[in-house]
Amino acid sequence: MAERIPTRLGDGSLVHMTRGEIEADLHDGTEAAARRAKVEPLGEDELDHLLDIFTSPARFSAVDIGHEVVLSIDGSGNRDINAPVLEQIVYQNHHGADIVEVWNSDYSYKAVKTVLSFQMQELKDTLLQTVVPVHYGAMPDLGRYSQPDGPAPNWSQLLPQGRIDEARAAQEEAMALLEADMWHTAEAAVATGADGLDFDTAAAAGDADFLATLHVTRRIRDAFPDFGVEIGMASEMVLGMHGQLEYEGVRLAGQWPLGQLRAVTAAGATIFGPAVNVNTTRSVAWNVARACTLVKPVTAEATIPVHMNAGMGVGGVPMTPYAPVDATSRVSRALVDILGLDGL
Amino acid sequence: MAATHALASGMGGMRTAGDLVARMQITRGMRLPQAKRYVAERLGCSVEDLSDPLVMHDIRRELGLGLIPVQDLTYPDEPGAIEAKFRIAEVLGIPVNSVACFRRHARL
Repeated sequence: MAERIPTRLGDGSLVHMTRGEIEADLHDGTEAAARRAKVEPLGEDELDHLLDIFTSPARFSAVDIGHEVVLSIDGSGNRDINAPVLEQIVYQNHHGADIVEVWNSDYSYKAVKTVLSFQMQELKDTLLQTVVPVHYGAMPDLGRYSQPDGPAPNWSQLLPQGRIDEARAAQEEAMALLEADMWHTAEAAVATGADGLDFDTAAAAGDADFLATLHVTRRIRDAFPDFGVEIGMASEMVLGMHGQLEYEGVRLAGQWPLGQLRAVTAAGATIFGPAVNVNTTRSVAWNVARACTLVKPVTAEATIPVHMNAGMGVGGVPMTPYAPVDATSRVSRALVDILGLDGL
Repeated sequence: MAATHALASGMGGMRTAGDLVARMQITRGMRLPQAKRYVAERLGCSVEDLSDPLVMHDIRRELGLGLIPVQDLTYPDEPGAIEAKFRIAEVLGIPVNSVACFRRHARL
């Protein structure tokens, strides 16, 4: 009877699988991604390396010495001791963070604008007390501008009614408001001394959310050439909630990570963060093989650093607030080894 | 989760040269190998040294790039926090926004 190896599912639960079952999952994961995004599956040598990682009985797995990457930790600090500046110092001194991020509990540029002066004071206090680079981060979060939370008509209600033109107009109205809030925050963060801005979970509300982010990124790059802009995506494919929006002549709806990279690079961002969603019912091995397949074309073509999202429920990390160390370390190593990432 | 990534694949931040390599990615959009080579050249060390906490402790101390106080070692007479960023800007040859703000506000 084949030995059963402890491993994890995408929801974090512990399961026992044979070497053959894990190998089959790796092949199935890469083929699923290749079919869906029309990209090349992983090669045999890459799958063999993943098999070694996921069949090891060790509790922890890590990259080889010398292969370490930069960690831009979005949402650094746990907000558990009610001392946000101190928490950034803790992440710098105790967690080995290469970049930290000041953020608001209501993680949205629309919400940030209402407390901007307080957020910028927190940013300034952090900058005076830290050495590592400091980002200010929040979500573009276009949906916040639709009714009942915002002034624009709600396109999620209009679309099922077949009122397509009105839904598109509503998103364009919301985009203008979002861009104003993001730009307002960017100007304040630059004046406060931040090293960069993080547009986190971009395109969460689809192609209009993404386009607004690209517009503001271009505006920042033109105005502040040395200021960093990290664009981290919300998911693996841009949803076409509008469907007709383009950036520099390329339609944004339906873009997979490689297309997203091209748009982000054209807009002038300095770091790109692809995100691949986790299937909680499949093994972590299956999810990692799938994530690597979707992002491999990105690192092959990128001219800017690629910091893949590897937080809860993305990149292969299980969808649980207490991600097991055995699973997260395997994901971390596998993504860096297979993709040649610049960071996480 | 951040601690797991730091141990599994992270450069180590101020324990090593992770923050310095990160600055080249942020301000110059350099990919990792280029950023590591650039920082190593500016520090006068090898790329391998950048991830070695022992080597980097001595380099950071010599150049005034900031150190992490620990139980056994404190650095009250060495550059820390914003002070160290003045040195980082000079050693790496890049603008550091918070340093520029500090200069402006202090009328230096």
